[in-house]
Formats: sequence, structure tokens, C-alpha cells
Amino acid sequence: MRYKILTAAFAATVALNFAGPASATDLEVIHWWTSKGESAAVSQFAKAFDNDGHGDKWVDSAIALGETARSTVMQRVLGGDPPGAAQFNPGRQYEELISGGKLLDLTDIAKAGKWDEVIRPKAIGSACLVDGHWWCVPVNIHSNYWAWYSKPVFEKAGVPEPKNLADFIAAAPKIKEAGFIPFAIGGDGNGWQIQLLFQDMVTEALGVAKRDEMYTKKSAEIAGGPEMKGVFTQLRALKQFTDNGYANRNWNDTTNLVITGKAGLQVMGDWARGEFAAAGMTGVKDFGCMIGLNEAKPVVSTDGDIIVFFKQNNPDVEAAQKRLAALLISPKVQVAFNNAKGSMPVRGDVDMSTADPCMQKSLKAVEDPANIVTATNRFITENTNQQLNELVAQFFADDSMTADDATAKFATIIGNSD
Amino acid sequence: MQKSWRQRFHLPAVIGTIPMILVAVGVFVVGIGFSVLWSFTSSKLFPTYDFVGLAQYRRLWGDNRWLVSVNNIWFFGLMSIACNMVFGYLLAVFMDQRIRQEDLFRSIFLYPFAMSLIVTGLVWQWVLDPNLGLQEAMRNLGWTSFSFAPLVDANTAIYALVVAGIWQGSGVTMAILLAGLRGIDDEIWRAARVDGIPTWRTHISIVAPMMKGAFATAFVLQCVGVVRVYDLVIAMTGGGPGIATSMPAVYVIQLITVRQNVGQGMAAATMMLLPVLVVLAFSGIVIWRRNRLRGAGA
Repeated sequence: MRYKILTAAFAATVALNFAGPASATDLEVIHWWTSKGESAAVSQFAKAFDNDGHGDKWVDSAIALGETARSTVMQRVLGGDPPGAAQFNPGRQYEELISGGKLLDLTDIAKAGKWDEVIRPKAIGSACLVDGHWWCVPVNIHSNYWAWYSKPVFEKAGVPEPKNLADFIAAAPKIKEAGFIPFAIGGDGNGWQIQLLFQDMVTEALGVAKRDEMYTKKSAEIAGGPEMKGVFTQLRALKQFTDNGYANRNWNDTTNLVITGKAGLQVMGDWARGEFAAAGMTGVKDFGCMIGLNEAKPVVSTDGDIIVFFKQNNPDVEAAQKRLAALLISPKVQVAFNNAKGSMPVRGDVDMSTADPCMQKSLKAVEDPANIVTATNRFITENTNQQLNELVAQFFADDSMTADDATAKFATIIGNSD
Repeated sequence: MQKSWRQRFHLPAVIGTIPMILVAVGVFVVGIGFSVLWSFTSSKLFPTYDFVGLAQYRRLWGDNRWLVSVNNIWFFGLMSIACNMVFGYLLAVFMDQRIRQEDLFRSIFLYPFAMSLIVTGLVWQWVLDPNLGLQEAMRNLGWTSFSFAPLVDANTAIYALVVAGIWQGSGVTMAILLAGLRGIDDEIWRAARVDGIPTWRTHISIVAPMMKGAFATAFVLQCVGVVRVYDLVIAMTGGGPGIATSMPAVYVIQLITVRQNVGQGMAAATMMLLPVLVVLAFSGIVIWRRNRLRGAGA
């Protein structure tokens, strides 16, 4: 009897394995677009792909939290079972996938679609264009340099709306007195939200040129300098304006504190705008957005998302992958996706007149190359990125760690980065 | 007389143990071998054979998070094993008093062990979350100054983990020790009573030493649980706030999967193996010496 059950179970698993890839044009896509605004955006991709007239099907694999999704993809690749496509942030997260020959070369459809002409600014395309080959599709431009604030909170606290981060720190005690959380932040996923804030402050303190020098030359001297100590001191100052529920909170719950008028301000990339939009709010009218942590010096970073496609050794699947790649960057899909997502389209030749006033700010800023800040991910590997996450999160959580200590550790990490 | 090959190795026994031998050699020995090998290479995402000597170990011991993890595992291990043994024994003694509804109590105490730590860890996290759990509930009841949020403070989060670890582990310790207690002959108790020895004294000086085997089993189980503690941390704190509750196993998985740094992760895994090897070698020497002494005496 026992053998019979075992045999049946074995037969069932074998049958399931064969039943898995039912049709050759099912394409599994792993991404971490799980919040309300994000899933509204990604459903635009899925809808377009399902209706492309070739019988293709978008198989959605949404995994919460970027680092978890990325590590799942890497484990699948190492195990020899890569998904059809996967999301990454533009930069060095997937450099070993390229050098290891795991990715599908998209150069032919990029040539056909004239990607090198339509994608602007050039720095966005360069994340995918390595040694003359296109290895991924940039799907949006996100800027990490944004602060979002609740108009009612600032009004009720009787303080003017902030124009830069220093304004906000000056106003924060009054917001606290009025019974609100002045500064909303979350500490999930190894503290990436805290590092996002930290990196914005680093650029503000060092200036773009010096910051780029620090990361490209791995200069422990700049990283250990007085400006960096200033950043850590300011970070400690901001901490006293947070609530004690921050430890495990994810970014969209944090944004929700601002949306519901419980907290004053959140520093977060412009994917947060998608949450406001999903809650039926429009920028400038219902909530405030501060570009670049300093309205006087608007900057836009070349962060965002790219999609890579994995080699499948099956011409049918590869044809479907290339259809999807071309579709993701097509003008209509770009507008639908980016409007829902809160990001800018990667091509300048689309009509974004329907974008809300906050996005109009960044669309204006992106025209001037002087406003473009290279995303931190372009300089550092995931290893260094996580070390920085840990340092900043530890400093934020542990009040006994001094700014001098943290600066010295920061210099060590930058000096040893690869 | 020399035993023949056939007498030494019974064919059915050999066949029966082949799967276990294959698993032990294939998974453990080969797997550990590769871990140690790769710890001397510069492997990042994909394992390579570019040997760099002890560089990964130097980087490992220079990494703040690893040092915090090592401190944490000692603290967590000592606290939770000591408390688990004490509470487990007290619970076992309590259960041994021929109480009513013994089955019910035993199920209740064993239940935490039967459930996935991912589930119970998340429940603990919610209970201790200042905006969802106990603190908010007490404040809603009118006690507005009530403050209890150990998980969000870098200095107290590790204590919350220890408490959850005890809650989870003391039940199974109880079950093992209870079985040990039940194995003690009633005659011993009667004899002790006749001699007028107080009950607590009987427990400590007579019964506990007789339960050496049960204590050893419970202790080893606890140790294994501590070395590989992973899901409890992930579910309750994710290693935070900051890196305050990071543990070696969490560190290794983080390095291999998220940080794409297989070489350093393998170095950390090898460091985790080291104390286990030392203990094994020590106990091996003790057993070997005892056997030799016995052999000499006979």
C-alpha cells in the first residue's frame, strides 16, 4: 500500500513537471512591484503583453521587497531555472549576469526600435548598453531625490511648507508639538529607506562632482571628511522626529502615514507618487512634493527599473521575450505604465501632458543635463550597497554610535569597495 | 579471534544504511568541502576557483555585522539554553505531579514547538509592534502612558528574541525531561522518602543525575537549534533594528543570496562549523580515552 502511494505521488510530480510550461509563449516575470500604485502600473505591462496578438501570456511573479526578489532571481539562475524576465535597478546589480553570459542579447530589436536615439538622457540607456550590446530594457526613470509632505499637517502645525530639508528640520519641533509624527521613515529590508535618505543628503552635502569622485575613485579621504560627519549628525537630528514604529515598516506603509495625515514628511523616490495617485490624490493640490531635497536646486537621479531577459535555449520563448522587450519601451505602454507608477518615461518623444504637477517638475528638470545625478547603484555593487545599508541602519537605530565612528566606518567601506 | 568480514558487516544492515551514507557523504561531506574550498576564493555571485588565501576571512572579521552576529549568538545561546533547561525541568516536575488534564497541558506546552517559527515569529512581531500590538491595546484601554516596545529598540530587541526562543523551546525540553522523570523507578522515591530526604533534595541529588541521558538529549537539541537560529530572527526583526539582532546563519544567507558575495559567505559558514568541529573532536578524544582505559582495565 505504502509503495502504491509513493508511486502515485511520484507519478503526480512527474506529470506536474511536464504540465508546467503549457504553452511556449508563457513568460514568467519576477518583479517587486507589490504596492497599490506599483501593481496598477505593472498590470499595464501585463495587459499589453496578453493582448499583443501572438497569444503571449504574462505570468506574474511579484515578490515583496527588492532584495528578496533579486536574490530569488539569482538563486533561480544559479539553479539553472531562470525566469523569462526579471526586474533590476539600473547599475551593477546584474553585471555578473552579463559577464556570465546568462542574458539574452537584445541588440537586434534595440537597433530596430532605435533605442539609442529615443532613450533620454543617455545615462539611462548606458545602464543596459554594455560593450555595444543591449542587455536589458530601461522601463522608467525614477528619481530618489524627492520629499513628499502632507499639506494639512503643515497647516495644522502652523508652519510654512518646506522648501528644503533644513527648513523642515527647523519646523519639525512644532509639528511634533501639534501631535504629528514629523518625519516618516521605515527600517525594513536592511534599512534601504534610510540609505536612500542618506544618499540624498550625501549629494546635497558634498555636491555632485565631489560625490561622484568619492564613488569612482573609492576615496576614503572624501568619505571620511567633515562633510560626511555633518551628514551623520543631521541624520541623528532627523531620527528624533520619527516614531518608534519605524523598525520593520515598509515604504508604502510609511507613505500611507503621510497620505492619511498622521506624519508630516517622507523622503522617498517618486514611486511614492504612485501611492498618492492610487489614493486619489493629486500633487500640489492635495499633497506637497519637494524635488531634490532643495527646491532651489532641482535634481533628478538616474535610478529606476530595467528588465532583463534570460537565455532560454528555445527560439519560441526567445521570440516572445523580444516581443515583450519591444513592447515595454513602445510609446503607448510607456505612458500608461509611467503615469500609474509615478516615474518618467525613458523616451522623450511621448506626450506626458496628462502628468500631474509633481511629475511636471521632474520632466522640466530632466531637460538640463546639469540637473542629472548618477544613481548610486551605478557606482557600487550590491555587496557595498548592503554594507552601506547596514551601517546607516545601525547608526540610525543605535544612539550610542557617534557620528565620528560612523564616518570612519563609512570611509572604510568606500575605501574597500570593489 | 578475528571476526570475518561477513560477521562484521551484515548485508541487510549495509543495504539499509546505504541511503543514509549517500546523503551523509554527498550532501554533508561534499557540501562542506565545497563551502570550505570556496571560502578561499574570490567568488561573488557565481562560484569561481580564483584562490585568494585568507582574504575573505580578513574581510569577514573586519565586518561590523559579523562581529555583532557572533556576540549575539553567544548571548542568545547562553540565555535561551539556560532558561530552557530550567523552565523545561520545572514544567516537567509540575507535569509529573499527577495533575488532572495532563494531556491538555502537555499539548499546550508543546504547541509552540509544533508550529512554524515564521508564523509564530510574525505573531510575536505584531504583538510587540508599538502601533499594532500590546502597547496600542493598553493605550486604547485608557492607560495612555503605557510603553512596551522592545523590538524597536536596538538595545532590547535581542531580549525579545530570547523570550520568544524560550517560549518556543521550553515545551520540547519539558517533554524530553518528563519522559526521563517517568523512567525513574518509584522505589527510588519511596526509599528517599523513607530516609526522610526532602523532595527538592531528592530531585537535585538523586533524580537529576539519574536523568543524565535525557538532559544530554535536550541540551544537544537546544544547541543545534541555537547554532542554526534563522527563521525566528527573520520573522521577528529581520536582523534589525539596524543590525542589532543579526545572527551568523542570517549573515551567511544574506551574504550568499542578497549581497552576491559567495566567498565571504562561505568563510562565515566555515567559521560557524569551527566550534562544532572543536566540540566533536573533544568528545571524540574523551570517548577514545575512556574506551582505552576500559580496555586496559579488562
